[in-house]
Amino acid sequence: MERAISIILLWLLPLHAWARVWTVKASVKTTLQQAATGDTVIVPAGVYYEKGLVIDKAVYLKGVGKPVLDGESKYEVVLILASHVTLEGFVIRHSGFSDWKDLAGIKLGNVRHVTIKNNILEETFFGIYCQQSDSCVIAGNILRSNASQRVQSGNGIHCWHCDNMQLTGNTVTQHRDGIYFEFVTNSLIKGNRSFRNVRYGLHFMFSHNDHYEDNIFEHNEAGVSVMFSHGVDMKRNRFAGNQGGGAYGILLKEITDSRMEQSHFEDNTVGIYMEGTTRVQVTANVFKTNGWAMKVQASCSENRITHNNFFGNTFDVATNGSLVLNNFDNNYWDKYEGYDLNRDGKGDVPYHPVSLYAMVADKNPAVMMLYHSFMVSLLDRTEKVMPGITPVNLVDRAPFMKPLAL
Amino acid sequence: MKKIIKYVVLDILRNRILVSYTVLLLVVSMLLLCLTDNGTKALLSLLNIVLIVLPLVSIIFSTIYYYNASAFIELLVCQPLRRTKILLSVYVGLALSLLIAFCVGVGVPLLIFDGSITAVLLIVVGMALTVIFSALAILGSVIMRDKARGIGVAILSWFYFSLLYDGLVLFLLFQFSDYPLEKPAVVMGALNPIDLGRIIVLLRLDSAAMMGYTGAVFASFFGSVGGMLTAFVLLLIWMGWPLCWALRRFNRKDL
Repeated sequence: MERAISIILLWLLPLHAWARVWTVKASVKTTLQQAATGDTVIVPAGVYYEKGLVIDKAVYLKGVGKPVLDGESKYEVVLILASHVTLEGFVIRHSGFSDWKDLAGIKLGNVRHVTIKNNILEETFFGIYCQQSDSCVIAGNILRSNASQRVQSGNGIHCWHCDNMQLTGNTVTQHRDGIYFEFVTNSLIKGNRSFRNVRYGLHFMFSHNDHYEDNIFEHNEAGVSVMFSHGVDMKRNRFAGNQGGGAYGILLKEITDSRMEQSHFEDNTVGIYMEGTTRVQVTANVFKTNGWAMKVQASCSENRITHNNFFGNTFDVATNGSLVLNNFDNNYWDKYEGYDLNRDGKGDVPYHPVSLYAMVADKNPAVMMLYHSFMVSLLDRTEKVMPGITPVNLVDRAPFMKPLAL
Repeated sequence: MKKIIKYVVLDILRNRILVSYTVLLLVVSMLLLCLTDNGTKALLSLLNIVLIVLPLVSIIFSTIYYYNASAFIELLVCQPLRRTKILLSVYVGLALSLLIAFCVGVGVPLLIFDGSITAVLLIVVGMALTVIFSALAILGSVIMRDKARGIGVAILSWFYFSLLYDGLVLFLLFQFSDYPLEKPAVVMGALNPIDLGRIIVLLRLDSAAMMGYTGAVFASFFGSVGGMLTAFVLLLIWMGWPLCWALRRFNRKDL
């Protein structure tokens, strides 16, 4: 009996798969109107001026041979209002620019399980804009705008009030913020590259329990800035070449219970800037030739900075007060000059990573012009022997003698 | 003139002090470049040598050489030779031999073991400082008749340029920290050849830090091609004016 029922059900299966495949002849819009939920719409190569394409049913929209959807610099190019939509293989360009509306290349409004895959977005105001959506996949897209020419510019991938998002393998450049999150939770951001954006490479607020892995943030005007979040897990990211007065490899403000691991910080004016952070683990990172490897403000507490390599930074650590509630033990510092008598691989003399001149330069930046002069070296030496200005508690009690293999 | 330069250079190159100076520089730079695995660190230590030891040796050695050669110079003056040429030849001979010492001691190892643009800049700065400080030495010794006084002036001017001046600048920067100091700081940097050389190298060595705050002003000034040129022109002026003054003084001097 059970067997019979299973066989009948099996016979019924193809009924469910009666979805049709449509090929667009002239207008994507009219084809979409004819299509039903679950259908596949194939768009052949060509340029389509749809004056705002709205997708309001669950279809699989596939571009073959990179068809172009052009917004004529007036319209929002694609607006997705239905769940389970897949948009793949398009070139989306010339969205409208507006001072009061967030026009985007692709906008997702209140949907679930939408997939945006392998598209190229060119000269859009906002690139991919998700609001109140969840469980969407944004993968393998290339977003390229021209923000450098515009005072007004939008973000590359912009998510607002989203949950369970997956952003993988996207490339974002020349937008305002490469990736912008506000109230985005439990999401995975992996393998993206965000560079030469006019503000931040990655910018998020109130976005808890997100994972950031294997991303590259390079040469952004102001680096990366993340705020007011907890449970942020960052691994194997690369922050490089973010230089300027207000540029940070990463700025952590009011971040709690988070981890920063195995990341590379190179050639940034400031590698990590921490303000008001609590219980952040900074482990197994490499800081190389930054101006300031870390600026840890006195408002930070219970952070643990350990097993990191510090190479060739102008200043290793700077702070703005004498209160230190963080732990800096067991790192490798290339400026360390101590010895290791018992041969356990860790120095017997504590290392104070804050130099006098880092404190002085923090208060009076103009003195940087005297850096490396005889006078300044003398002052730094004196301070090392008799600490008066630098915080005595900011100390690595057992620094590694040799660089860690990272 | 060529003949005098040749004699001076040959005379100095046989000098034991100059030979040991060359060997010392060579040993130190080899040790730094070979033993440290960290290129930046070696460059930094070499920068310190270029900024401190080099001017000191250049100025003291040149002063002492000038006083020791005073009899030789008097003899030359008796010959039908122009005074300008005589002093110029002595100066060129001195600077040339010091340059040879520097190039062998620091330049060659740097080019072989490092070879980066920063290393090249460091060599150029070192050469400029050698030339500048031997010019200053000639000026001091032409003005001062007494050897002890001349050496005193040499030591004092080295002390001034490498330490006192920076202290003074630091003091000023603190006193006037409420004002925008970026541009005055650039000017103050230009008024001391050692600072000028240091800033040129610093902008490459610590480019990331120099991009922050005030650094951006330096970087945009000295970092641009025009600024680099300005810096080198300033260094040239630093080579020129002590020498011109010394020549004028020497022409009118009662030997």
